[in-house]
Amino acid sequence: MKILVPLKRVPDPDTKIRLKPDGASVDWDGVKFAINPFDAIALEEALRIEESQGEIDIVVVSIGGEECIEQLRAGLAMGADRALLIRSETDLDPLAIARIFVAIYHREKPGFVLMGKQAIDDDSNQVGQMLAALLGLGQATFVSRLELLDHNRRARCGRETDAGIETVTVKLPAIITTDLRLNEPRYVSLPGIMKAKKKPLEEIAVADLGVKVTSRTRVLSLEPPPRRKAGVRVKTVDELVDKLKNEAKVI
Amino acid sequence: MPKILVIAEHDDGQLKLATLSAMGFAHKVCAEAGGAYDVLILGESISAAAELLRGYGAASVLVADYAALKEPLADKYAHVIDEVARAQNATLVVGAASTFSKDVLPRAAALLDAGMISDVIEVRPEGGDFIFKRVMFAGNVIATVKLAGALKFLTVRSAAFAPPPKAAGASPITPVAVDAGKLPSQIEYVGREAKVAGRPDSTEARVVVSGGRALKNAADFERLIGGLADVLGGAVGSSRALVDSGITPNSLQVGQTGKIVAPDLYIAVGISGAIQHMAGMKDTKVIVAINKDPEAPIFEVADYGLVGDVYQIVPELMARLKK
Repeated sequence: MKILVPLKRVPDPDTKIRLKPDGASVDWDGVKFAINPFDAIALEEALRIEESQGEIDIVVVSIGGEECIEQLRAGLAMGADRALLIRSETDLDPLAIARIFVAIYHREKPGFVLMGKQAIDDDSNQVGQMLAALLGLGQATFVSRLELLDHNRRARCGRETDAGIETVTVKLPAIITTDLRLNEPRYVSLPGIMKAKKKPLEEIAVADLGVKVTSRTRVLSLEPPPRRKAGVRVKTVDELVDKLKNEAKVI
Repeated sequence: MPKILVIAEHDDGQLKLATLSAMGFAHKVCAEAGGAYDVLILGESISAAAELLRGYGAASVLVADYAALKEPLADKYAHVIDEVARAQNATLVVGAASTFSKDVLPRAAALLDAGMISDVIEVRPEGGDFIFKRVMFAGNVIATVKLAGALKFLTVRSAAFAPPPKAAGASPITPVAVDAGKLPSQIEYVGREAKVAGRPDSTEARVVVSGGRALKNAADFERLIGGLADVLGGAVGSSRALVDSGITPNSLQVGQTGKIVAPDLYIAVGISGAIQHMAGMKDTKVIVAINKDPEAPIFEVADYGLVGDVYQIVPELMARLKK
């Protein structure tokens, strides 16, 4: 079985995002990049399935410029078998990305797609669900427990919802999106990095996939969020209760 | 003129308050740009929730009440939303930014070849179209965006839109015809872990009491955080540190990777205030921080800060509030 794992290049989660004075773009100067953490969790899960079942072909795929090779190589170093870079130099919105993944899906014919629930830059949380719809496949989003059943024909998934963990089964192939607590991704080892250099990494232009994509979302400007004003320090519990009752009037 | 379809959300027939914020968004758009909005509710035995939806001036409350829709499974729900949005000639389909909407709406949007914007916090009509503001980068950037296309999907942050005013008359109820035999069946519901009874959900509550690293174990968390929440009739929340150390369950986590809450009062007990956590609660009206460390970043956003040991302060606060 093949598992397709999309990897998005995003700013390292520990980086503080700053805006340029023009108010329209992020200042990328000196920013470190990483695999989107939710995607790294997806890849880790695919690797664990490979370790328990054997005979699994893990293909990682990124959409973007050649800088994404850094994250694809990191994915190969973690243990993926093969990488695909879909070359695109324009900003694409979730529906456009999902359309490209449709073409990749038909090309690769995976047993299922395992991907992050959202990317930590754009925070849209849409691509997996859109991809499932366009392919007419089932989906399980925000998954923190995953178990393959019936010789990989179905998956039992624990989903993190606002109401607590919901369990569903979904027919495979399907799109499964990962939440934070599914696993903790492994660190890349030195032998892993050495091996990754010999693993295949193929580049394909979007146009060669036979899809025409346009982004319908246009960003007009970016701004920092309004700052909360720092409040006051109170010295005692009595003073706190008095303020909450008589000043803020919230209790 | 906009024709808006609001997707209502409920928990086993109990209407989620966030739905009213999505209706508040629709009301605001109609007030500024004309047009009308409908509300669609899907489920089984949902007449009580549907009844509540009638009081806010929607053109109609569309009710898809079927056994096959009892659980909110994305394949079935997106299929029905797709059909209803076409039948109503909707131009905007809107839901509250919750795990329910995030699961179902992008799927429905793609079925309709529509683009989608998540986590909208502001809307402004402009020349027959709209300009939206949304949050990105864990709440550290606000983007002003436009979305092309005759049909757009949105999720809206409930803290950003007040419920619509009560209307004089009741909206008519319109049953939605669903051919249950044609619903997709790729996803099957198995079960849901039982929720702790008696306390409201942190995304719905007026008061949220959250605990962090200062709490040493689950019993202390329940006694201090649960105890204070009960005195105030509020919900409990947790920092990621406590979830990671197994002291609190995942469903309690407040933050960018957990729940986004915006109550009237948020009491952060022994929480240092990581960016990750603050992204989940900074739209609160009044923030109280109780922490031993006077330098903790949480004090920079707190309206009222009290420096001290939570094991001493919280029991004192509970005793004082019970008086």
